[in-house]
Amino acid sequence: MNIELINISKTFQEELVLKDVSGSFDIHSIAVIGPSGGGKSTLLRIIGGLLAPDSGTLKIDGESIEFSKKYLPSYRRNIGFVFQSRGLFEHLTAMENMLLPLVHAFAINKTQAMEISSKLFERFGLTDEKNKYPFQLSGGQQQRIAIARAVAVKPKLLLLDEPTSALDPEYTAEVLNMLGELQNDGLKTIIVTHEMGFAKNACEQVVFLANKQIIESGDSSQIFKHPQTEELQFFLNKILEWKV
Amino acid sequence: MKETGSKEPSLANKAASAIFVAVVLIGFLWFSVSSVGLELDFTTLYQYRQRLWEGFLMTVIISVASLMVSLIIGSLTAIGQNSRILVISYFCRAYVQIIRGTPLLVQIYFFYYIIGMAWGVNNRYIAGVLILSIFEGAYISEIIRGGLASIDRQQYEVAKSIGLTRTKTLQLVTVPILMARILPALAGQFASIIKDSSLLSVIAVIELTQTVQEISADNFRMFENYLFVGVLYFILTVSVSILSGLLERRYNHEYRVNQYQ
Repeated sequence: MNIELINISKTFQEELVLKDVSGSFDIHSIAVIGPSGGGKSTLLRIIGGLLAPDSGTLKIDGESIEFSKKYLPSYRRNIGFVFQSRGLFEHLTAMENMLLPLVHAFAINKTQAMEISSKLFERFGLTDEKNKYPFQLSGGQQQRIAIARAVAVKPKLLLLDEPTSALDPEYTAEVLNMLGELQNDGLKTIIVTHEMGFAKNACEQVVFLANKQIIESGDSSQIFKHPQTEELQFFLNKILEWKV
Repeated sequence: MKETGSKEPSLANKAASAIFVAVVLIGFLWFSVSSVGLELDFTTLYQYRQRLWEGFLMTVIISVASLMVSLIIGSLTAIGQNSRILVISYFCRAYVQIIRGTPLLVQIYFFYYIIGMAWGVNNRYIAGVLILSIFEGAYISEIIRGGLASIDRQQYEVAKSIGLTRTKTLQLVTVPILMARILPALAGQFASIIKDSSLLSVIAVIELTQTVQEISADNFRMFENYLFVGVLYFILTVSVSILSGLLERRYNHEYRVNQYQ
């Protein structure tokens, strides 16, 4: 799968967030890293069809994405999105959360949807949680269910916006393990993350986004060892300063 | 989640407390009545049972009709208040402000004798329901607006990311969350509608209060009449709160969960 960004710009309340972002990526697994406020989440939301850019073009496998009300719902259906937190419907149990997109967005019948969901719950050790409401679940469980819900519909691409930033370290590990497992299955992912270990070891490519633009990108094995730009060197030094 | 104060008080404790409260209330009432030298005789009301029943029914009909109309007015104006079209937004806000800022009695006279006359609404029952609905609709509008504002924006983003259409989002996300949050307030408002309907007696809508005024003019037993009618209103409002309790359980997921723990 190829994603092409051509001069994508986005402004929020007169503040420029993305400035002429361009690049072409063959996706298997990409980690987007960079300082807060650099536009990472905004870019991810544009790729996911949740936000329309002010200008520029987004192409998936050579096809331009049309940011219109008519086209977007079907585009979004094929792309999974996991939020930083509170990504489950608060009024539904874990099981109902899983069923909702299957039944109401994909029109799969309920028995079949139950089957798909149960299998995923079992696979990720969430069976005991399936009748619980989000407020009864730990942050890590919520995120794992949100990921399970996103992959239940077999998306072409899974986007994750800092899925572990709101979690305790132990929960972070359980979420990242699950993700690594899914990536090994061949799921294509773009993850915005502050977990450099995960970016380095579990993702093939890394994109460094700062000052509203993509500053550097490349293979994860290279980019951490030999950062080319001053900005990335500075960023990596800063965040790895307190590393054990 | 919360385990504090989970221990239920014992049945004996509950019964004793309930009896104590009842004794204090009845004792207070009885003492007050006897110290002003009043002798209550409710038997005189028996001969008016047919009229009282009809008045009671009329109060129920007017209240239910007003509830439905005011829910429609309230929903529309709640959405309208947030409209991007300024004229609609201002219109809805002005409506809520003016109606909530003036007494119902003033509105009844104004709408019935001026607006109603001008627009040819002559049926006092229809006028009564409309006036009451306009009044209560402003409060319901605020309840719904507050409920909508309290819904986490992220819930809509999640719905969007799944690829739900707007209609499906409204049906599967907004309405269920909203209902769970505003039901208690709506039930309270319905109880208010029942009580406020008594003011329609001023335009001679023959509901419960008007009926009892007419009976009082006939038997001169004001205290018995009004005490009795108070009890009737209380029966209605208590039924509403029981009903809303049942509905709340259906909508409130936190309650549903705690039931089975």
